[in-house]
Amino acid sequence: MIIIAERINGMFTDVKKAIAEKNKQVIQDLAKKQTEAGATYLDVNVGTAAADQEGTMQWLVETIQETCSTPLCLDSQKPSVIAAGLKVINADNGVILNSTPLNKKSDEEIFDKHIEMANQAGPKASIIALTMDKNGVPQDTDTRVAIAAEIVSKAMEKGFESQRIFIDPIVLPVKVPNAQVQPGNILTAMDQIKYLSDPAPHMTVGLSNISQGASERSLINRVFLAMAIPHGLDSAIADVFDQDLMNVVATSEMLMNRQIYSDSFLKVYASANR
Amino acid sequence: MALPEIAESFTGQVTRITLGATKADGGTRTSTVTVGGARNAVYAGSVDEKSEKPVIALDVLDSKPSDWPDVLAEPYKDVLDSPGDWAKKCVEELGAELICINFDGIHPDKGDKDAAHAAKVTEQVLKAVGVPLVLWGCGNDEKDNEVMPKVSGAAKGEKCLIGTVTEDNYKSLTAIALADGHFLITDAPLDINIAKQINILAADMGFPLERIVTFQATGALGYGIEYAYSIQERQRLAALGGDKMMAMPVICNVGYEAWRAKEAKLVDTPGWGPAKERGPMWETATAICLLQSGADIIRMRHPKAVATVKNFINEIWS
Repeated sequence: MIIIAERINGMFTDVKKAIAEKNKQVIQDLAKKQTEAGATYLDVNVGTAAADQEGTMQWLVETIQETCSTPLCLDSQKPSVIAAGLKVINADNGVILNSTPLNKKSDEEIFDKHIEMANQAGPKASIIALTMDKNGVPQDTDTRVAIAAEIVSKAMEKGFESQRIFIDPIVLPVKVPNAQVQPGNILTAMDQIKYLSDPAPHMTVGLSNISQGASERSLINRVFLAMAIPHGLDSAIADVFDQDLMNVVATSEMLMNRQIYSDSFLKVYASANR
Repeated sequence: MALPEIAESFTGQVTRITLGATKADGGTRTSTVTVGGARNAVYAGSVDEKSEKPVIALDVLDSKPSDWPDVLAEPYKDVLDSPGDWAKKCVEELGAELICINFDGIHPDKGDKDAAHAAKVTEQVLKAVGVPLVLWGCGNDEKDNEVMPKVSGAAKGEKCLIGTVTEDNYKSLTAIALADGHFLITDAPLDINIAKQINILAADMGFPLERIVTFQATGALGYGIEYAYSIQERQRLAALGGDKMMAMPVICNVGYEAWRAKEAKLVDTPGWGPAKERGPMWETATAICLLQSGADIIRMRHPKAVATVKNFINEIWS
């Protein structure tokens, strides 16, 4: 499972404060601890507070890479912020550009820009593409699959390998009125998305989104994760400090026969990244 | 129509190990042996994804074997009670690159010899030959725990491969092998889950994964070879998939297992063909089959079988 650790995000108070005070220690600690907890990638999101988002992204990337070689996932809705991060990054171990919709009203070419940026960043650079277009976030299964199909075929036209694409079918908070039908829709969509190419594109979700504002957040997150894995989910942006969640990841990998069982399977999964 | 490209590539790799410490490395070996390193399945992928050439370790027993069939004992008849001369013959006449001393004679049922004897044999062989050694206990936990630490000490700093340790009996030998700078053989009874667990247990004691070789137990042709094959194949695929706890090179005990088969050792069996051909053929077939599952080190016995398997390895890995 490709786990993208979510904590280096300016929306969290400690990170916001660290960015404002240029406190490297806080950021480097988070990078180290998330890596030890099993992160495959570290998400980097400047949040909304910083005035200079491009400069802040660069500072975060440089700060993390001073002490940590875990690959990064540059997270912004603005291509210019991702581009700024890419200018200073060492992408030898890979990088993910997070994220682009298929297109949007203000920027029809946004998807192509991301492909181009990823190609420039090197052969190990991937993109997260949302099943979303200029009409917004689809609520039904079919539109999600249709957009995913367009994403995959557009990438193929450009010679961008399907294994460098992470399709994000967009998880919505389950507590939002009428949103309870969405988790089921997403699982049905995943069943079809995994057949769009061979090898299949990766699939990822912003996992914590599903429990936004709800009670029993950790339980909701990890049950949905366990439900989605057999439908083809092989990545998630998640809270790696949630030990119960990481244990679900390890157990799912074992039950899906992706890891050979041993009596210490939980411990082995946790230590595999260290 | 053009043929589609179906070559698979993998992210993981089998560990590459080098056995034997030369003078420059603080030991007395005159040669070293490097195995492992595969980045694809046997026969698959590009040339640079191949493993190092697999190596045959010729068996030398610490005491004269009493149960070897004549066909097997005959080539060694002058040296069977002298481990040093035996090892020398293996290296000088049969071209052995690796010698495995099998301390069968310390087993309570097979001579019950003591630690001083085993240490002396180790010293004799170290003196007689310059190739790296594999040091293999008798399989009786109590006796191995008593004797093998002394054997380890007698070869301290020589970067030998020592074993075996099992899920139920690993602590003392793992600690000693770590202290004496050896490589360790982890042993599982044809059970991939236990194989992984024993590697984890050794790693928990601080033993580096890069110094472990796994022994999944061997079945000879007709006696469970398919189990050994499929487990070793699965181990290789797990290694290639990035499972570090399964990324070790593999050792097989072909000589002992093949010569236990009645098809290899029985003499008065009309219609089975001459015994002096049949035995070596049984050992050869077992070895070659297991090489294709990804074995890196093969323990063998009969000179004829050794020569044939060596040819095979040279053909495939050249």
